[in-house]
Amino acid sequence: MKQKLEKIRSEALSRVAQAASLQELEEARVVYLGKKGELTAILKQMGGLSPEERPAMGQLANEVRTAIGDGIAQRRQQLEKQELESRLSAESIDVTLPGKDPRIGRLHPLKRVQDEVSEIFLGMGFDVVDGPEVELDLYNFEMLNIPKGHPARDTQDTFYIDDNIVLRTQTSPMQVRTMLERKPPIRIIAPGRCYRSDTPDATHSPVFHQIEGMAIDKGITMADLKGTLEIFAKKLYGPDTRVRFRPHHFPFTEPSAEMDGTCFRCGGKGCRFCKGEGWIEILGCGMIHPKVLRDCGIDPEVYSGWAFGMGLDRLTMFRYDIDDIRLLFENDLRFLRQI
Amino acid sequence: MKVPMRWITRYCDIKDDPHSFASRMTMTGTMCEGYELEGAAISGVVTGRILSVEPHRDSDHLRICQLDIGSGSRQIVTGAANVQPGQVVPVALDGAKLPGGEIHTGTLRGVQSQGMMCSIGELGLTLHDCPDCIEDGIMILPDDTPLGLPITEVMGMDDYIFEFEITSNRVDCYGVEGIAREAAVTYGVPFNFPKPRVERTHGELGSTLTVRNDTPENCLRYTGAVVKNVRVKPSPKWMRTLLRQAGVRPINNIVDITNFVMLEYNQPMHAFDLRFVKDGGIVVRQAKQGEALETLDGVVRKLDPSMMVIADSEKAIAVAGVMGGEFSSIVDDTNSVIFESACFRAQSVRSTAKALGMRTDASSRYDKGLDPENTMPALMRALELVEQLDAGDVVGGFVDVRGVQRELPVIPFQPERINRFLGAEIDRGFMLDVLRRLEFTVSQDESTVTPPSFRGDIEGFADVAEEVARFYGYDRIPVAVQPTVPSALPTPIQRFQRQLRQLSVAGGYYEINSPSFMSQKQLDQLLVPKDHPLRRGVHISNPLGEDTSYMRTTIIPAMLEILSRNYNSRAESAALFEIGSEYLPYEGSPDGLPKEPDRLIYGGYGEVDFYSLKGMAQEIASTIGAGRLTFRRQSEIPWFHPGRTADILCGGQKIGVVGEIHPTAAENYGIKTRVAVMELSVEQLFALRRELKYQGLPRFPAVTRDLSLVCDERSESGSIEQVIRDCCGELLEKITVFDVYRGAGIDPGSKSIAYSLTLRGRDRTLTDSEVDSAIALALKALEEKGIRIRS
Repeated sequence: MKQKLEKIRSEALSRVAQAASLQELEEARVVYLGKKGELTAILKQMGGLSPEERPAMGQLANEVRTAIGDGIAQRRQQLEKQELESRLSAESIDVTLPGKDPRIGRLHPLKRVQDEVSEIFLGMGFDVVDGPEVELDLYNFEMLNIPKGHPARDTQDTFYIDDNIVLRTQTSPMQVRTMLERKPPIRIIAPGRCYRSDTPDATHSPVFHQIEGMAIDKGITMADLKGTLEIFAKKLYGPDTRVRFRPHHFPFTEPSAEMDGTCFRCGGKGCRFCKGEGWIEILGCGMIHPKVLRDCGIDPEVYSGWAFGMGLDRLTMFRYDIDDIRLLFENDLRFLRQI
Repeated sequence: MKVPMRWITRYCDIKDDPHSFASRMTMTGTMCEGYELEGAAISGVVTGRILSVEPHRDSDHLRICQLDIGSGSRQIVTGAANVQPGQVVPVALDGAKLPGGEIHTGTLRGVQSQGMMCSIGELGLTLHDCPDCIEDGIMILPDDTPLGLPITEVMGMDDYIFEFEITSNRVDCYGVEGIAREAAVTYGVPFNFPKPRVERTHGELGSTLTVRNDTPENCLRYTGAVVKNVRVKPSPKWMRTLLRQAGVRPINNIVDITNFVMLEYNQPMHAFDLRFVKDGGIVVRQAKQGEALETLDGVVRKLDPSMMVIADSEKAIAVAGVMGGEFSSIVDDTNSVIFESACFRAQSVRSTAKALGMRTDASSRYDKGLDPENTMPALMRALELVEQLDAGDVVGGFVDVRGVQRELPVIPFQPERINRFLGAEIDRGFMLDVLRRLEFTVSQDESTVTPPSFRGDIEGFADVAEEVARFYGYDRIPVAVQPTVPSALPTPIQRFQRQLRQLSVAGGYYEINSPSFMSQKQLDQLLVPKDHPLRRGVHISNPLGEDTSYMRTTIIPAMLEILSRNYNSRAESAALFEIGSEYLPYEGSPDGLPKEPDRLIYGGYGEVDFYSLKGMAQEIASTIGAGRLTFRRQSEIPWFHPGRTADILCGGQKIGVVGEIHPTAAENYGIKTRVAVMELSVEQLFALRRELKYQGLPRFPAVTRDLSLVCDERSESGSIEQVIRDCCGELLEKITVFDVYRGAGIDPGSKSIAYSLTLRGRDRTLTDSEVDSAIALALKALEEKGIRIRS
């Protein structure tokens, strides 16, 4: 019996080791360990053994059964692993074929820049307000200290609807509307469309966009103007941006200034873009003219404020390297898709 | 305006490199746009004396010259005919650079030429700059010109010319005087602007020249003097050089003096022949209706009483402040000249110039508002120059008549207030020093300041603060730390618009930014009837063109134009959207302004069709909590396809429209494929928002049933769905269409719509019999309408 057990053991282990598939392995298991298997048959003969022989044979038989079982389990693992590997390999795909286009749209670059600027000012406590584009001459000019006959009023520049109504040439009328509606403290920005009678070319469009901003309170100083606008420039262009303020003139601010920022192409060293100056003009600003405050019912002896105006189209063109303002209005998909 | 540095440094002692000068001037408010060295294109050209001139052996018109250039000699071959020994000429040496190119030693017909002698043209000069030269020959310099000097130095071209951009409020800076004053204050040096004087007069004016001001509102001051025995000749070189560098062509001494004074004092001057003024009696008055005058440019001008003229007792002589008359202009045999230096009200000159369609050097200065106090010094300067240039004999005496005078504002001097306003700590003494240098008058007790008469832009406190700030330096004003202020929030409607835009992007639409104009022609293309209210938009009275003469009453043409452009640049498909304004005039507008409602518009072709847009609308409605939309056939809008268009309703109100654009209209826009457009009212959508709330997860399994129903071709699925909804009640969780079939097995004139129904009980698992009976109910109701199950 001992011999038979050993023979079964070595035959079974050999056959198991050579099983080429899970099916063959199962077949082997059945042959040796199954109900009608060889080992099972031998174990049935245990009864014919003497009581002295039985324990030893029993033990050997169990060993053999265990050995075969382990062998089967091991081989099964190997085979399963192989099968998995070959399945994975067969399932391999060409990862360089195109992906499925999810067909997402995009926001317009100008609007994106407007959103970004609005976010920055919202974060500094400025409300966003909106107003009419077809505007009263009164709000677009007169109450901004530009009386009739002033050079800034040339009909060559302004679109007139009639003697009293124009297409607003700047977003500054929103300063007036806001001051008439609210009492200080006031912190607002007003983005929007403006219109000037400019023949369209690469840098001019009769329709364009600006953002106006204004802060009025007791004790607002020019230092405050510098402070807020410097923060704005750093948030928009990066923390290394420096700004400078140059004297300028606007009828509705006094003192007036233009703010330049370090050229974002060359970091201020000077390049073709900034004509070697290292500075790019960003916006116009100033302390709100006392006449403007007074005409809007705010006492300039008690309150002061500052205001700024910035061209959005220009800002957008710089941001995305767009060389022709008309692209912002033509909406060619080949353009919109690029940015 | 262009100003050469040497003209500025006549009046203040400044030595600085041009870049630094430009920068410092810009930072105190006189913006320098750029500068150039006048003779920058010229190098290596020196003065030389011709020692000998020999004919060339092999050429009739070439001559071989030997020259002494101070540091040595050179042989130059030239084709010029006017060369003589002894002349001093400009010599371009080997390696010299000229505007026209580089010069090198070469050979002409076998003879070496070590450079080139220059004509005035080759140096970028004209006969006006060099009246003693000829164009077609070598430039001949004065005999006493030192040899070996760079020609740029000899001609004053070694100077920097600055281009300043002056803001409209600083009229005083349109002249060299003003710029030099700004430069002096910027550098903190004295401003030495001499008072002009005439040494010797010849006779007295008496009543040879008189003036009467009949329009004191418009003529603020009129001064004049007479020069007799005028001797017209070229101006001296120093004056020609400065004029040239300022961009004004030298003509002759009289003309040049008037231009020179205009540039230096910013005071336009006019010189005319005394003979042609009847009895020498000048009258400044408004023109008569229909009065005519031929101006110096040869055009006959028709005048009216709104225009001011300089006249004599018989006729108009000049359009005041704009241009002189042809009749009284200076001619070859003129003996006595009137020099007029006047000040006219800005608005009068502006409107006159505009009405006549003219713009001159004079009018463009007057229209900004000049200073009447400047007239007399400018006149004196002109007379001083007449004497210096020996252009005539100055007659003693003046005419000087004033009109309405402006009072100079007396402004309280409040240094603490200035510092509070600027947020700075500027020394009081500094402030007073700056103001005095700017020629403000400070009161004895330093409590008030009065601006000089040439600063019409200074009115009050804020203006004084600006003067102080700009010379202190804007960059020295501290940057105030901003107080922590709570963030502001977008308003609900702003947030809503942002949400709509993000949804649209997610839906695959590209945001556009379309222009706001419209034309009647676009409405024609859109098939809008002639009498339709959309035609009555806000009309621009001075548009750039017909195409942009209205503000749009409908945003659809703008969308179609953009779709068309993309279609015609071969974009296979387009899916676009925008929230844009329409401008709608309305009766009873309190201020005459139109309403400007926001429209959400979608447009597309190719992959986008009616059903894409409809799906987008429903997605929006679901997301904002507005619920289910109803779409009702709309065949009455002329620019939409009558069979492929629907009104969009929500809660009973119409909130928009979706449809294919009428094929004729689409073709008018150059789009040869189906194009769909959808318009929604942002305001109405905003009002339909509801908060979405969690409704619980389904606890019981659903049952799905498919139904294929056959109906008449003209039946609308919506009504079938409604019947099924009504019959199944709250058991029906969802119903979708998954097929619409026509063809084999279906009668012609009928179609089969296949629905997939999902039924679920809220609080129980539905039994088959419940489901069956709900469906049977629906089928029965449908049968009554003639709709059967497909067999």
